[in-house]
Amino acid sequence: MPKDQGIGASSKRREDIRFLTGKGQYTDDLNRPGQTYAYILRSNVAHGAINGIDTGAASAAPGVVRVFTSADMEGLGGVPCGWQVTDKNGDPMKEPMHPILAAGKVRHVGDPIAVVVAESLNEARDAAELIEVDISELPAQIDMASAISGGAALHEEAPDNICFDWEFVAENKAAVDEAIAGAHHVTTLELTNNRLVANPMEPRCAIGEYNSATEEHTLYTTSQNPHVIRLLMGAFVLSIPEHKLRVVAPDVGGGFGSKIYHYAEEAFVTWASKQLGRPIKWTSDRSEAFVSDAQGRDHVTKVELAMDEQGKFLALRCSTLANMGAYLSTFAPCVPTWLHGTLLAGNYTTPLIFTNVKAVFTNTVPVDAYRGAGRPEATYQLERTIDKAAREMGIDPIELRRRNFIQPDQYPYATPVAVEYDSGNYTATMDKAVEIANVAGFAGRKAESAARGKLRGLGVASYIEACGIAPSTLVGALGARAGLYEAATVRVNPTGSISVMTGSHSHGQGHETTFAQVVADRLGCDESQIDIVHGDTSKIPFGMGTYGSRSLAVGGSAIVKSVDKIVAKAKKIAAHLMEASDADVEFANGEFSVAGTDKKVAWGDVALTAYVPHNFPHETLEPGLEETSFYDPANFTYPAGAYICEVEVDPETGVVEILDFTAADDFGNVVNPMIVEGQVHGGLAQGIGQAMLEGAVYDADGQLISASFMDYAMPRADDLPSFAVDHSSVTPCTHNPLGVKGCGEAGAIGSPPALVNAVVDALAERGVTHIDMPLTPKRVWEAMNS
Amino acid sequence: MTSVSMTVNGKAVSGDVEGRTLLVQFLREDLSLTGTHVGCDTSQCGACVVHVNGESVKACSLLAMACDGAEVTTIEGMANADGSLGVIQQAFQDHHGLQCGFCTPGMVMSAADLLQKNGSPTEGEIREWLEGNICRCTGYHNIVKSIQAAAAVLNGQAQAAE
Repeated sequence: MPKDQGIGASSKRREDIRFLTGKGQYTDDLNRPGQTYAYILRSNVAHGAINGIDTGAASAAPGVVRVFTSADMEGLGGVPCGWQVTDKNGDPMKEPMHPILAAGKVRHVGDPIAVVVAESLNEARDAAELIEVDISELPAQIDMASAISGGAALHEEAPDNICFDWEFVAENKAAVDEAIAGAHHVTTLELTNNRLVANPMEPRCAIGEYNSATEEHTLYTTSQNPHVIRLLMGAFVLSIPEHKLRVVAPDVGGGFGSKIYHYAEEAFVTWASKQLGRPIKWTSDRSEAFVSDAQGRDHVTKVELAMDEQGKFLALRCSTLANMGAYLSTFAPCVPTWLHGTLLAGNYTTPLIFTNVKAVFTNTVPVDAYRGAGRPEATYQLERTIDKAAREMGIDPIELRRRNFIQPDQYPYATPVAVEYDSGNYTATMDKAVEIANVAGFAGRKAESAARGKLRGLGVASYIEACGIAPSTLVGALGARAGLYEAATVRVNPTGSISVMTGSHSHGQGHETTFAQVVADRLGCDESQIDIVHGDTSKIPFGMGTYGSRSLAVGGSAIVKSVDKIVAKAKKIAAHLMEASDADVEFANGEFSVAGTDKKVAWGDVALTAYVPHNFPHETLEPGLEETSFYDPANFTYPAGAYICEVEVDPETGVVEILDFTAADDFGNVVNPMIVEGQVHGGLAQGIGQAMLEGAVYDADGQLISASFMDYAMPRADDLPSFAVDHSSVTPCTHNPLGVKGCGEAGAIGSPPALVNAVVDALAERGVTHIDMPLTPKRVWEAMNS
Repeated sequence: MTSVSMTVNGKAVSGDVEGRTLLVQFLREDLSLTGTHVGCDTSQCGACVVHVNGESVKACSLLAMACDGAEVTTIEGMANADGSLGVIQQAFQDHHGLQCGFCTPGMVMSAADLLQKNGSPTEGEIREWLEGNICRCTGYHNIVKSIQAAAAVLNGQAQAAE
């Protein structure tokens, strides 16, 4: 019997009511009194020296309030990077200045050059056409291999365009080389992890407002983590102390990573609104988003996997070129390193692993974390290589994986790449996926397809990811410039209702519902009594925000800590009211009682007593019932699973049809199954998008030629099947109070290799061993016919 | 500036617009009906779908001037008279047909037009109809389920009325 409340219930989402009636309040829906509008003139060349900018005519145009260039912004900091990676030679990474507006040079198409602020957006846009920019073009560095082989330098600090050259685990290098040299078989695969554009449906927007009476700045912005923006922008760019800077991220229409970062536009509107004494609103249009939102992935990798006669993995060696784009975005350096190298053990017992990652500056939009971030890249290279190895070794690909899985009795399992998995059961999720996908019946289905002239293929992939980001001590040692705990305040109001202030931000994940379920379960009260507050630095004690599938595992744990403190204090108040000792008070179903007696006190009476403390233990307790907690996780969490994809390829056209997609995940305990399944569906769609359709394509001059929804192929409803999703294999996380692992990124991590493996399986009889994503009909047809 | 008048969600409205003002700008900026969203600039995403004279249309692809005298319905006009969710809206909540909510108004308006034209669409027909509405969150799985469920409820209501 499914529960209708609390943990395990598929509670309907409370936030849906406002979204379904048009009452959501996204940043662009807000307007401030006296507001002006900003339009940004962006570079239309990828690499060039700015000789001069003439803003005279624009400044005199109708409705224009002021035109800004970098010359107006001297003394301000650049857009900062939040993670420092150390080069193999011990030096810090090259960290060039990222100015708010281009200073001296432009380094990618879309680099902001000037901003027109006007009374209306149309006037600002019209005036921007009057700005004359004199640029001497320089050779654009687009291809990573050429950029690091004598290409014109983007930044003086990095004459070879290399940001860092990273080795991990450096001590393993000689042993890995030796194992590969002496192995029975080595499978080698070179592959590309295609560059993606996150494309949340809500374009970015920022409104800056300055109150001269209180000297307070307010920034309304489309962010996944308002406190992080306050920290980065206040401390490193504009020198505004926290108590004078409020950042509000109201309803946010999706993020997928691209709204984690601090962007130049946020700093601009915050700073310039003080200069003008009027609020300034900037809203990205979609074309602008394509050349200004941080993009994702873009790795070129060579993988070598060494095996013994039985297919037991002996060693893994990888080398990757990782594209940073033109500047370092907030978390960019950690994506191809610590979020990637540490996952190269996958679900397997490979004892020796070594990877080399060279991060490269190119004249492209900056690259940063996109749904999964580093983990999809690790999973893709591993799972594609294992599939190729299985074919080369003549071992069934599922069997080869099973032979190498870490076994349930091996936890905690220390991998050779610095992380320790706390729990898991990869055989169980594989069994579940094999059963749901009816792998046993595949041969018959393949024959049936063949009878119709179609090529049918089945692809499997296992994945593991590190979520619940992250233990602060650990990430600090690895170069993070922030802690990665989460904060929560739980306030019991005088009449017993509950306000929860959380640093996690919801932009589609349904926190307002899920977090209320967690609190209701713990307090035995109705979910409707609980309000979840997020997205405003003036209302919430602190927060690190939402990314890396961390909200429930870290943010939820902070809430649980506060709830537990509330219960402990409330028991003492109840003990006083019942004239009992604290130790004898029990709390269940929202009611306090004394064991072995009929004494009871209702939740509401305790709450009221806390705020109307006429009869109260003043000598030992303070009035009020409100607790704040910071939760810093002891470890990452490790969701894992097995995905199976079945496709049919038309040999005449190269068109791939996805027939079935099965996802069997282990997310630990699940709070709201409906929401978890929805997260998996969305992740699968993005992963399938990467594998089948999507790709940010730059031409040799650095023009992004896939810069609109007409050119960049996002999955539409008729590109996707319905999905078979299962999360019944549960190994709870051992180190957080809810036993949860996180589910937001899984679908995007496990699906690309499953799909590509399925297509390669279908085409194996035609001699195809690999096709790079996206698997467009043209690429598939060419692979078949080459 | 040109004066335009139209009926929006049953109310007569008017305003002065530039020739280049789009219907979606008029709705959002002049009428403060911000439930209709702008997700792209190439008429691809469908976040701005409204009904004009009973047909679903992308409000970024029409000039406000061209809608003089029209009957326009937006997401703000889709709830029941008592403020409760209409059948399609309720189906989206019941079947988790939305996540971030940004594409949702367009999805609901598009679905409503589909169900007016085809009361019992197949999964394939629903997916094909939604070609002009992009969702980045849900993978469409639950949007399809929501529309199927709404169709069943509306068909039940129609039969009960007969």
